[in-house]
Amino acid sequence: MTLYDLYLISPQLAVASTGILVILLDLVFQRKGFLPYAAFAGLLVSLTFLVIQSVDLAGAVNLVDAVDSGAAGVLAGSLAVDRFSLFFNYLVLAALGLVTLASVDYVRRIERFRGEYFGLLLFSATGMMLLASATELITIYISLELTTLPLAALSAFLMTSKSSEAGMKFLIIGAISSAVMLYGMALIYGFTGSTQLDEIAVVVTSAAALDLPFGGYALLVGVVLMLVGFGFKISSVPFQMWVPDIYEGAPAPVVAFLSVASKAAAVAVLIRVLFTGFFPIALDWASLITVLAAASMTLGNLAAMGQSNIRRLFGYSTIAHAGYILVGIAAGVRTSGSVTGGPEFVSLGLNSVLFYLAAYAAANLTAFFAIIAVSQRTGSDLIEDYGGLVRRAPFLAVALTLALVALIGVPPTSIFIAKLVIFSAAVKSGLVWLAILGVINSVVSAYYYVRIVRVMFLEPPQEQEASGISPVAWFALTVSGVAMIGIGIAPGFVLRAAEIAVGALML
Amino acid sequence: MLFQDIVFWVLSVLAIGASLGVVLVKDLFRAALLLVVVFIAVAGFFVLLSAEFLAVVQVLIYAGAIAILIIFAIMLTRDVQHGNLPNRFQIPAATLAAVLLAVLVAVAVDTKWDLLAGQAQSRAQAVQTSAVRTLESPGDLAGLERAGFATEDERTAAQEAGLADLLIGDFVLPFEVVSLLLLAAVIGALALVRPR
Repeated sequence: MTLYDLYLISPQLAVASTGILVILLDLVFQRKGFLPYAAFAGLLVSLTFLVIQSVDLAGAVNLVDAVDSGAAGVLAGSLAVDRFSLFFNYLVLAALGLVTLASVDYVRRIERFRGEYFGLLLFSATGMMLLASATELITIYISLELTTLPLAALSAFLMTSKSSEAGMKFLIIGAISSAVMLYGMALIYGFTGSTQLDEIAVVVTSAAALDLPFGGYALLVGVVLMLVGFGFKISSVPFQMWVPDIYEGAPAPVVAFLSVASKAAAVAVLIRVLFTGFFPIALDWASLITVLAAASMTLGNLAAMGQSNIRRLFGYSTIAHAGYILVGIAAGVRTSGSVTGGPEFVSLGLNSVLFYLAAYAAANLTAFFAIIAVSQRTGSDLIEDYGGLVRRAPFLAVALTLALVALIGVPPTSIFIAKLVIFSAAVKSGLVWLAILGVINSVVSAYYYVRIVRVMFLEPPQEQEASGISPVAWFALTVSGVAMIGIGIAPGFVLRAAEIAVGALML
Repeated sequence: MLFQDIVFWVLSVLAIGASLGVVLVKDLFRAALLLVVVFIAVAGFFVLLSAEFLAVVQVLIYAGAIAILIIFAIMLTRDVQHGNLPNRFQIPAATLAAVLLAVLVAVAVDTKWDLLAGQAQSRAQAVQTSAVRTLESPGDLAGLERAGFATEDERTAAQEAGLADLLIGDFVLPFEVVSLLLLAAVIGALALVRPR
């Protein structure tokens, strides 16, 4: 490994070493209050490296290939530092920073293990950032494990029975799904003789010429088994069983991080694997994705309607949002009216996915920070306990309402624009029925989101609350709220960033 | 060839019989011991495939460490004498497993595994075998030549590409990330065994 190789993974290295450092600081110092800020400072270091990489990337497509031939380091083939990976690295880092600040209040109830809490959070983020850059199956697998395992431990961190159940379920279902995915990877390696996506693509191209589904049964089963693993991570139906229980039982900041960053990283790797490794057989897997998308949207929204716990409700709503994202991924492939007869790439589909992830991150973080603040005051996650919130905590109620309105996708919010782009991409790619189903689902989702708003504004207030919220938590809430509104009012910047990021993927 | 065939069939019967035993035997402890038999049979397959290094690793890690870990876990678990109780998912699970078996057998039989262009394939195979073949020093030079390693340098390079070289060469990133993963696992476990 040369110094240049270290520079390539410097954002991830910074996050990982911050994690270790925080745990060591926890060991040395008696007063633990500064730990979240130490973690946050480490994130700024990582951010600096990311900015340097972005500036460096000005003329190149991929920093890993940009080295002189002699220095082409050991990371060539297993990692890509391109605009696509940088987009997701920024997203993960932003989510992690906000969640770190929002955890300041929350970790008071974990008296002794605050260092470990932030350390595990940072390790998981390292995995996500690697996942966004990985272009090789073994690296992808290990990064996925590094993402999941700390989150499973964090889910059980409260040591209550609900929390332990969440951690246990996450661990076991995660292990099963990654074992299944590993089997798929082994089949693909056996068929193509390589674990690197670009080399796999070469073999898949010649396999696609055969008149077989997916170009061969090994590829068919391999891709399907890999989709199981990724489907678990993005919480799509039928791999969604774990979601509501973990959303209910795990510590709330962990859930916020899980729902935003973990999903984004999994979508990043899903897009990279499917579009750079298996694009010649895109027509085959796109139809699978279509089915998953339709099922996720519908089941998620229908199940969310009957929930009385707001966190369970968000668990089901995140399944539905995974469905909308999958619509965008399926829309990345033109399914009808293709000139060549082969699959055709529609960049609008993937642009919309990246934009959606950014908009969803801002809105969902805002909602979760408000939920954390409310449960800090009332100690309850039941929707009925949100009664009269507007009189007890007007700012919180307004923030939560804005987030809910955005999550429905009412104009002119950020997710409205995101859904507009996704559904128009679907129509453009010949998936008209999927777009119609998506619109119907958005209307259905309004029912359960508005129900929360109604309880907050119209129902009589519950008993008075005692404890307040620290300024840091307010800060996190405000930043994510401003980001949410900003993306809605001026979507041009993020849309352009998404476009550039996707441009690095397909040349 | 005949001897290899006999060994293959003996190992296959042993592996399949023992794995059926793992699933069907009521006593968890005996099931764990049968699992060791499966691991050793798989190690035998690795020897047949001339991957002796993997065979040794398989015996050391799976038949050794992991089996002992499982046995310890069983011994430390309460109510273990009730054994492997049947539950209401038994029939669906068995059906699913049978379907999966059928699919995987179909895949193994029907796939055109030789789709890789001839040279690329033998090249990949040569690198793979030499990667896991570190116990035997004399390599198959003629075979490497057939595999398309034209020059002397390429042949030596292919021969020397051992597992260790791959681990700190091409696969250094996942190799290092594994250590971070283990660290995270240890820290997570430590934080979770704390008293409430």
